[in-house]
Amino acid sequence: MTNLLERFKAGLWYDNPGLVQLLGLCPLLAVTSTFVNGLGLGIATLCVLVASNTLVSATRRWIRAEIRIPIYVLIIASLVTCTELIFKAWFPALDRSLGIFIPLIVTNCAIVARAEVFASRNPIGTSIVDGLVMGTGFALLLMAIGAFRELVSMAWLLAMLPPGAFFSLALAIAAKNALDLRRRDRHGDSLPRRSRLINR
Amino acid sequence: MAEVSLVRSGFTLAAIAAVCTALVALTWQATYERIAANEQVWLEQSLQPALSGLVFDSGVTDSMLTIPAPNDLPGSGDTIVYRVYSGDRPVAALFVVSARDGYAGAIRLLIGVDADAAVTGVHVLEHRETPGLGDGIETSKSSWAAQFKGRSLRDPVAAGWTIKRDGGEFDQLTGASVTPRAVVKAIRDTLVYFEANSAAVFAATADGQEGVSE
Repeated sequence: MTNLLERFKAGLWYDNPGLVQLLGLCPLLAVTSTFVNGLGLGIATLCVLVASNTLVSATRRWIRAEIRIPIYVLIIASLVTCTELIFKAWFPALDRSLGIFIPLIVTNCAIVARAEVFASRNPIGTSIVDGLVMGTGFALLLMAIGAFRELVSMAWLLAMLPPGAFFSLALAIAAKNALDLRRRDRHGDSLPRRSRLINR
Repeated sequence: MAEVSLVRSGFTLAAIAAVCTALVALTWQATYERIAANEQVWLEQSLQPALSGLVFDSGVTDSMLTIPAPNDLPGSGDTIVYRVYSGDRPVAALFVVSARDGYAGAIRLLIGVDADAAVTGVHVLEHRETPGLGDGIETSKSSWAAQFKGRSLRDPVAAGWTIKRDGGEFDQLTGASVTPRAVVKAIRDTLVYFEANSAAVFAATADGQEGVSE
């Protein structure tokens, strides 16, 4: 149980794919102009991440090291295609508003990074949890930045335009670091824990 | 030894590729009907801008006609036309054409032309022009496309059918002339085609309705 809690803390905070690992920045910056777009792409990415972690973990015994990357590419590409079809069938309005960014989930490094770093070395159950946690962390960040930009753009139009994405992400990272530092000062924690899973 | 492992890797890759393909095929099976229905709804909605103010009693999408390439309409492939009628009288034809000379790729346009060869509406269906400059052709971004309503090849006459910068009558967009120039040219070409072929366009039998008249 504590392990699970740690996992969630890692995905949502210490190892957040967007804030700490800085993966998947292209969709993160491109579609977060509104909350709904952030939510839609967040959920789509979450689904792909959970499914790809599941498949990669399930097939990890047969995947030889030298062909693992083409296999990840195959798995992720087909899952993204399926997600795109599902969005087109059941959420056509969202699909049109996200446009090219649903197929472009395929280029989100966060997904291939979780396949390589985690799912290929861990059993199915924990890989699914990892996908859920990392996907949720990414989706929450997308939603937060989307909501922030949508609100601020009422007063300051630039927030809605591409530069606003960079400012918002920078602010989000700065805020996270400031919170971590304050916590460290107050509780005498050691250095902010970071990226255990990345710096294996 | 190395060759054996090479072959094994190949088989693993092939097997996983087959599984992935099956996954996509199954998803497609489960979704393609809904996707087609959604696209139909979307299509009918997107045809509305070229239908405003028209009085007709026929369906819109069931009178679809494909004019096979090569034709004189803008775009390189087959062209789709939707026709609306009031009783037997032709009311308007909606052309879905592509302007190929935009700034970035083809601009898909819906151009409505009424029976008197005047434009009923122009609506951009798809484009990849520069955001903030060329995307003003979108009805949702600016009123630029509204200037074509009611215009025909007699208003203005041939030389006027281009943007002001080229000595024509139509506004360009601030900071963008390639995009508007392409759109104006596509509209003019469509009107020229309509002028020459309107009787045939309205008389042709709809796709998939062999011998059934409107």
